[in-house]
Amino acid sequence: MSRHLFSVLTLVIGLAAAPAMASESNATPPHEPPAGWPQEGPFGTYDRAALQRGFQVYKQVCSACHSLKLLSYRDLTALGFSEPEVKALAAEATVHDGPNDNGEMFDRPGRPSDSFVKPFPNDQAARAANNGALPPDLSLIIKARKGHESYVYSLLTGFGKTPPGDEIIPASMNYNPYFPGHQIAMPAPLMDNAVTYADGTSATVEQEARDVVQFLAWASEPKLEDRKQTGLKVILFLIAFAGIMYAVKRRVWSKLP
Amino acid sequence: MAHGERTPFKNPLIDWVDTRLPVFTLMQREYGAFPTPKNFNYLWNFGALAMFMLITMIVTGIFLAMYYTASTDHAFNSVERIMRDVNWGWLIRYIHMNGASMFFIVVYVHIVRGMYYGSYKNPRELLWILGVVILLLMMATAFMGYVLPWGQMSFWGATVITNLFSAIPFVGKAVVTWLWGGFSVDNPTLNRFYSLHYLLPFVIIAVVFLHVAALHISGSNNPLGIEPKSSKDTIPFHPYYTSKDLFGLTVFLIFYALIIFYAPNLLGDPDNYIPANPMATPAHIVPEWYFLPFYAILRSFVWDIHLPFTSVVLISSKLGGVLLMFGSIVMMLVLPWLDRCQVRSAMFRPIFKKLFWFFLADCVILGYIGGQPAEEPYITIGQIATLYYFAHFLVIIPLLNKYEKTLPLPNSISEAVLKKS
Repeated sequence: MSRHLFSVLTLVIGLAAAPAMASESNATPPHEPPAGWPQEGPFGTYDRAALQRGFQVYKQVCSACHSLKLLSYRDLTALGFSEPEVKALAAEATVHDGPNDNGEMFDRPGRPSDSFVKPFPNDQAARAANNGALPPDLSLIIKARKGHESYVYSLLTGFGKTPPGDEIIPASMNYNPYFPGHQIAMPAPLMDNAVTYADGTSATVEQEARDVVQFLAWASEPKLEDRKQTGLKVILFLIAFAGIMYAVKRRVWSKLP
Repeated sequence: MAHGERTPFKNPLIDWVDTRLPVFTLMQREYGAFPTPKNFNYLWNFGALAMFMLITMIVTGIFLAMYYTASTDHAFNSVERIMRDVNWGWLIRYIHMNGASMFFIVVYVHIVRGMYYGSYKNPRELLWILGVVILLLMMATAFMGYVLPWGQMSFWGATVITNLFSAIPFVGKAVVTWLWGGFSVDNPTLNRFYSLHYLLPFVIIAVVFLHVAALHISGSNNPLGIEPKSSKDTIPFHPYYTSKDLFGLTVFLIFYALIIFYAPNLLGDPDNYIPANPMATPAHIVPEWYFLPFYAILRSFVWDIHLPFTSVVLISSKLGGVLLMFGSIVMMLVLPWLDRCQVRSAMFRPIFKKLFWFFLADCVILGYIGGQPAEEPYITIGQIATLYYFAHFLVIIPLLNKYEKTLPLPNSISEAVLKKS
């Protein structure tokens, strides 16, 4: 009975996860970079240097079109930036604020408490500037796509390939085998040396993609490290407590009338 | 209730309260000395686990409600604020979000245990029916809770499921408009779902109270499915089953914690991290895993049934699917009267025992089909699995009533327990 039950439970849980993995449309399955993702696994943590490089890629490349509106500048301290550095980073942005005491709107330098300034004032403006396509907000992009980190990485490094003969790509669109439908409005965003890394890391497309994906993974799940650390303590406690409870149960039942 | 004779308590304060309101006597009788069959296996832990999950969901839900904003403009962001800025908000939210899945896992095991050991049979029919009512309330609560984060799957799931009511002949459209509070799933829908999502758990508590009260009248079933005959067959609930339940709960919590801390989004759909957009339909609208078998049954009915020789549609494919889906739960409600076999436990029903696993496998297949797109071969497999689901209740079980030769039952629980050891 219990052996049967266990196999059925395993099957149920396995199948429950299956729809989430079911491949969508004709997109090529994503692959992860050769070095994998440091935040994966039960003990995985974010690589701070990669997060800072990834933030640089976001700031200098992605942020031209993509907002990150669930983040505030103050959140950047988690990347290893000091408070004065975060203040300086925030001050680079111009925040439209107001009304002031005269009832006028005004521009001011950003503060750490401000949320990331959006590249376009509204979705209509974003579409107007992008051939009718809306660049999605990136705050949750890693959690909101099947394939997660590897999907975004594959997409970012998957441009520049020749479409198969039977696929005709309109002039306003770009071919990318990892994108559902293969036609994406975004042109290849990354190029070799699109950014110059302060730490001397060579800025290949793969490197930039891997860095920015790690930054976006952090943006999607900023509490990942807290979560895994807390989980380790909770589970170690529960295992010990289960042992104690088992001993208690055995002792109680040994006195069965 | 605890009327009449009452043993005085040593503590004068407790005794003072107890003479006026005998809650301590009640607890002592129903959870202390309560005579319980001595031969439960670990599957009998799942009722207590379900109770634990109900309380967990209510407590975490109350804290989430302090930060959640039920408005189409703010709902998604308020959940993200809980995840990012509220102290330990991510933990409370992941406990609650995955708690729904855990609650269903626990309750499904609880139901399957009842079906295997015949816990629904005389005199526990009403106990069983109250359980099915709890399941229905849980489904409604879970469905409305899933709408609250206002992601893509929230919105489109709500649209698909509320639209089922449009299958009701003549008044369907009006009913759906009334449910929505408008002409599509929108702010009024979100607000009423939030209100009901907060209300229904307390209705569940009330029905759970009745479920437990009925249990304490008939007493628990047990793996042998025979009634205790003497005090040799039972043991007091405390400390025997309190200690066993606590151990079982701790093991369950390890599993629950693994999901919360290491795979919190495994059971969810990535699309629900995209804010709801009425202008963009997701490629596949898939309900949460615990609804998938029912979703498969819903989608298995693909024909319009016409009045013979006319084009008048009697039962549209939509109405047929809805009727089948509700029918699948009605089967559970009437199960005590479909299964007339006097022997409760599958241990003594050799054929039922085998067919029971077929039935369970069928439910798992239905769950798998529910998660697949509506295309071949999934449609045909789903139809066969749906047919088998109903055949199990309406053909196989009645046939077993007639033709199954059951094994001899032991004389008493204690005799069977002694023979085994």
